[in-house]
Amino acid sequence: MAEPLFTPEEQKKFDAGIAEIISHYPSDRKSAGMLPALRLLQEIKGWLPPEGLRLVAKHLEVTPERAYEVASFYVMYHLKKPGKYVVDVCTNLSCSLWGAEKMLAYLEEKLGLKAGEANEKFTLRETECLASCGTAPCLQINEDHHESLTRAKLDAILAKLS
Amino acid sequence: MASTAKGIDPIISAAWGKPQSWTLDSYKKRGGYEGLKKALEMQPAAIIDEVKKSNLRGRGGAGFPTGLKWSFVPKDSPKPKYLAVNGDESEPGTFKDRYILEDDPHMMLEGIAIASYALGVHTCYVYLRGEFKFPAERCQAAIDEAYKAGIFGKKLMGKDFELNCYLVRGAGAYICGEETALLESLEGKKGWPRLKPPFPAVVGLFGSPTVVNNVETLASVPHVFTGGSDWYAKLGTDKSGGTRLVCLSGSVNRPGVYEVSMFTTLAELIYDDKYGRGMPAGRKVKAVIPGGSSAPVLGADELDVAMEFEALKVKQTMAGSGGVIVMDDATCMVRSLWRVARFYAEESCGQCTPCREGTPWQTRLLRKIEEGRGEPGDIDMLSNVASSIAPYPPIGLGNTICALGDAAALPTHSFLMRFKDEFEAHIREKRCPFGDKPWGSFGDWS
Repeated sequence: MAEPLFTPEEQKKFDAGIAEIISHYPSDRKSAGMLPALRLLQEIKGWLPPEGLRLVAKHLEVTPERAYEVASFYVMYHLKKPGKYVVDVCTNLSCSLWGAEKMLAYLEEKLGLKAGEANEKFTLRETECLASCGTAPCLQINEDHHESLTRAKLDAILAKLS
Repeated sequence: MASTAKGIDPIISAAWGKPQSWTLDSYKKRGGYEGLKKALEMQPAAIIDEVKKSNLRGRGGAGFPTGLKWSFVPKDSPKPKYLAVNGDESEPGTFKDRYILEDDPHMMLEGIAIASYALGVHTCYVYLRGEFKFPAERCQAAIDEAYKAGIFGKKLMGKDFELNCYLVRGAGAYICGEETALLESLEGKKGWPRLKPPFPAVVGLFGSPTVVNNVETLASVPHVFTGGSDWYAKLGTDKSGGTRLVCLSGSVNRPGVYEVSMFTTLAELIYDDKYGRGMPAGRKVKAVIPGGSSAPVLGADELDVAMEFEALKVKQTMAGSGGVIVMDDATCMVRSLWRVARFYAEESCGQCTPCREGTPWQTRLLRKIEEGRGEPGDIDMLSNVASSIAPYPPIGLGNTICALGDAAALPTHSFLMRFKDEFEAHIREKRCPFGDKPWGSFGDWS
């Protein structure tokens, strides 16, 4: 028998979350809750497993294909299990003018990964503008924002990640 | 951080950096929600007239007059009306809305309440870009406070008017900042822009009349009522009322968000001690993008221009979203354009052929030129590809459903117009003349 998608605690969180999400939309527009529902699933499981997508689709009364279509359009959804820490490095113009390309090269060397690659601990990605152009260079680790980065500051952040 | 020139005090940014500036308590102590109180004593049509008289223009990029936009919403529609707040701030060079959301979210919420009452809106969705975790937390806390204080909910500040406000986070797609793509995303779909007309004011969210306003636009609205529309209009030019936030980044000594008068020039913004404090030692301005990465680039001899919609339009560029990116004379223009082009190729939604095919093509050509593999016909080819997406000029009349195509083509046209010699040098010398240091004075990260 297949392992259940959620632990009892996770199930409780999902059920409460999905009910709250649906309540924000007209009763005949449940599907509008797709983005928050996918976010909820990803917060619980760390990624979007296929059985989770099917479950979200069922709650929002759409086909699983629709859930997949949306999930695959947006870069923040993980359709494959990522590393424990997803490191998104902005190399857009303002950040590059403050050394982001060199910072990314340093990270690639330090983590032993090329941008776009992952291991169990890290997923390293080159990303687009993170709205920190005035405090460049910047990156996000699992959505936590870090800006005005120097080599020493970055080393200290990475050292704290277990 | 924020200050204004020419005798104008900060309005939007006055409380940034002050203790607890994001709380309801702090906001009320500063006179917060007094504008809403005044508005609630007026008839909805009079509120819209007041906003029209203030000359407030949208701060999201297009600069459309806010009161006029509100007046397009049909008054007799049997369908519910919606307000969608555009907080999908993703334009490279732009980072102002983040500060409003983090440091003074109630100012935007007050604007939401005034707009909703004026338009007969009972449900507002605040759409923030997915990456804005901390701004979303601050904004949600402010929404919760507003409900608790009886500002939102069944009675809008005691008035018999229900207003619900929900925060929705996107999931990483620049295109969702385009108003119709934002509505598609709010409807739980991929962010594919819609054809216009019909415009959202008539057929928007769930097929209902919808106003889409930027975060800064709504944060400006309370001031129209606390200070009066005449006062607000007089702060700006004949056609653009109020102050505006500009985001300064790139090769300047003090990047940041600054609240400026509409009369402040680009040169003042870069060199004035109140703002950018000039260029790195020994360096000069080579180029400036004045309104986010999609705005046509200006050269060093074009800085004496006010940071205002009409004045920048005369220069065939735009004020856009307020993102000013400065490049010094040690910066490679080919590499800079390549980086901007990659952004648009990455963020094209893929719906229209010119944009889907043209943006990666631009990127490939620019990479080839930057890496010293360029051939004599490549510059013409690049220009032709950009023209196929959107001819230049005029601005904003491209071959695609939404303005992302224009946004992708305009930088190419303008870089080629002003810095063609650098592109030619790359091809002639079969290398980047800037070697491995193409990013100007601050590019050597350590």
